[in-house]
Amino acid sequence: MALSTAKRERIDSLAALASGRTGEVGVSLTKSAFRRLRRNPIAIVGAVLVAIFILVAIFAPLLAPKDPRFFYLFDEVRPNFIPGGREGFPLGVDRLGRDELSRLIYGSRQSLLIGVVSTIIGVVAGMAVGLIAGGFGGKVDTVVMRFVDILLSIPGLLMAITVSLILGFNLYSIMIAIAVTQIPIFARLLRGSMLSQRDSDFVLAARSLGVRRQKIVFSHVLPNSLSPVIVQATLSLATAIIEAAALSFLGLGPADRGNPEWGAMLADAQDFLTVRPELAFYPCICIVVAALGFTLLGESLREALDPKFRR
Amino acid sequence: MSAPASVRTGASTGQPLLRVEDLSVVFQRKREAATRAVDGVSFSVSPGQTLGLVGESGCGKSVTSLAIMGLLPKRGVQVSGRVLFEDRNLLELSDGELRDLRGAEIAMIFQDPLSALNPVIPIGIQVTEVLSRHRGMKGDVANAEAIDLLDRVGIPDPKRRLTEYAHQLSGGMRQRALIAMALACKPRLLIADEPTTALDVTIQAQILELLRELVVGSDTALVLITHDLGVVAGLCDTVHVMYAGRIIENAERREIFYRGRHPYTGGLLGSIPRLDAVRGEALHPIRGSARDAIPWSEGCAFAPRCDHVEDDCIGQPPSLSTIAGGHHLRCLHPLDRLPETEILETTG
Repeated sequence: MALSTAKRERIDSLAALASGRTGEVGVSLTKSAFRRLRRNPIAIVGAVLVAIFILVAIFAPLLAPKDPRFFYLFDEVRPNFIPGGREGFPLGVDRLGRDELSRLIYGSRQSLLIGVVSTIIGVVAGMAVGLIAGGFGGKVDTVVMRFVDILLSIPGLLMAITVSLILGFNLYSIMIAIAVTQIPIFARLLRGSMLSQRDSDFVLAARSLGVRRQKIVFSHVLPNSLSPVIVQATLSLATAIIEAAALSFLGLGPADRGNPEWGAMLADAQDFLTVRPELAFYPCICIVVAALGFTLLGESLREALDPKFRR
Repeated sequence: MSAPASVRTGASTGQPLLRVEDLSVVFQRKREAATRAVDGVSFSVSPGQTLGLVGESGCGKSVTSLAIMGLLPKRGVQVSGRVLFEDRNLLELSDGELRDLRGAEIAMIFQDPLSALNPVIPIGIQVTEVLSRHRGMKGDVANAEAIDLLDRVGIPDPKRRLTEYAHQLSGGMRQRALIAMALACKPRLLIADEPTTALDVTIQAQILELLRELVVGSDTALVLITHDLGVVAGLCDTVHVMYAGRIIENAERREIFYRGRHPYTGGLLGSIPRLDAVRGEALHPIRGSARDAIPWSEGCAFAPRCDHVEDDCIGQPPSLSTIAGGHHLRCLHPLDRLPETEILETTG
């Protein structure tokens, strides 16, 4: 028996509806990774911590109750005594009578700046080195990577100390010092990731279509090799913040000690550890929380970008 | 029902487009014995003709195709012989000359469409890449051509697909997209390396139909590499059966299916599961595996697995002899006739 016209139309309309619903246009891997990221509670926690950190750094002048550089209670500070918290100074003052809370808030700026800039320098320079090694291969690869291996064998902090000693005590030398410790990590990562992509079928397919080598490296190999670099960059932000604090704790920070910096604050608090241990505690907490935020975000980013979790 | 002598409408008897002469590929690693993957393979294919290269895994089919394309790694691989594309020996061309040829004059379709497509860039960019490389198309012109190409290979809603990624397409559509990329510059020679192996049966049939429409109807020469005799039966004009790096039997399609004489060819045909087989009847596999092959220098490589092996099979390699017009055989004790087969009628 033939299908009635009405029924046929009904079927057609249902089919049209179904075909219209199938997926949206062009969901890239980046987008689907973000989708998975949003569902991960650890990623949310990391993102919130990072967001708070960044917002505090940006809006420090609005949030800080006092001028971080003014010696408010300088007269009350004795060689073996620092006044504690009181009205207007909720977390107390440091050894020069400056407001601790305001200095912590302003300190986030320095940490964020050093962390971000040194990581960017490290990523860009490291990727350039990795790209040269992975893109050319052969002898170039061998020479470049042996050099990277040598750099990698030097402990990071030792290298950073050496570099900042050579370049002098200022903000830029710290950034460069930390970046230098990260260059070999990114170079190695990108090069390894590119090598694993170079023998993949889609590279072979592109070669079979006569695509030029340069184009293959930049539009096929490189985009597929980026995800470990992105993850490492997020994790490196945490390392950079810790290393920046470590360098200024050791007295290798910017010469201007008036500018608040968590590592330097920690170093200053050392002398008063028995009187006011909380003065050492506060900057520590800030360093740990900021580093933790980036680490949590980085780890969940790794999970989201992992091919094993891809559809 | 009998199939026509040639399935190709554009088949011509003129000058062959590709002539492979005595092609050998040897893999040599330091401190390891050399492996001869392809051993003196010769064949030729004319414009508008389809040639089937048949054999099981590891017999050298894919290495042959990669050698023709010049895609084998340079280190540790020795390629000898000649691969003449018209009058140019592809093995002697520079990298640059070969790159200009690949994609424009010679193209290839790969086995696994998912891994042959770049997962992080949209399909559209991968198609237009070829167009801009060889035909100098840019921007909207390239996009319009890409849409047209995707439409021709039967991808529905091609405009939308341009912005989609490989993981969003179905297996069949991925292979169609790859075919679109391969055909983008109307190559004169197309090498299809197991184009349907990674697909399920209904999609296989669609892809073969597509190849038949787009390639077989044109002047493009097609080298089809497969282990599936059903595919061969449907598409190929001539069939070359390979074993352990050598061609052991070649003939025109019907000749192979009706009068194939090599025990290995017979084994391949006999091992195809049949719908009309008696219930409970066992399948007929070929004994052993391809790894059991002995070196050709010691005798017939197929001897360890052959049911018709005799004393003189071991000692010296059998040579390729002509047993009928265009039918060559490398066997001392060939079969009289093949077991009854209707594969041509069922799949052709």
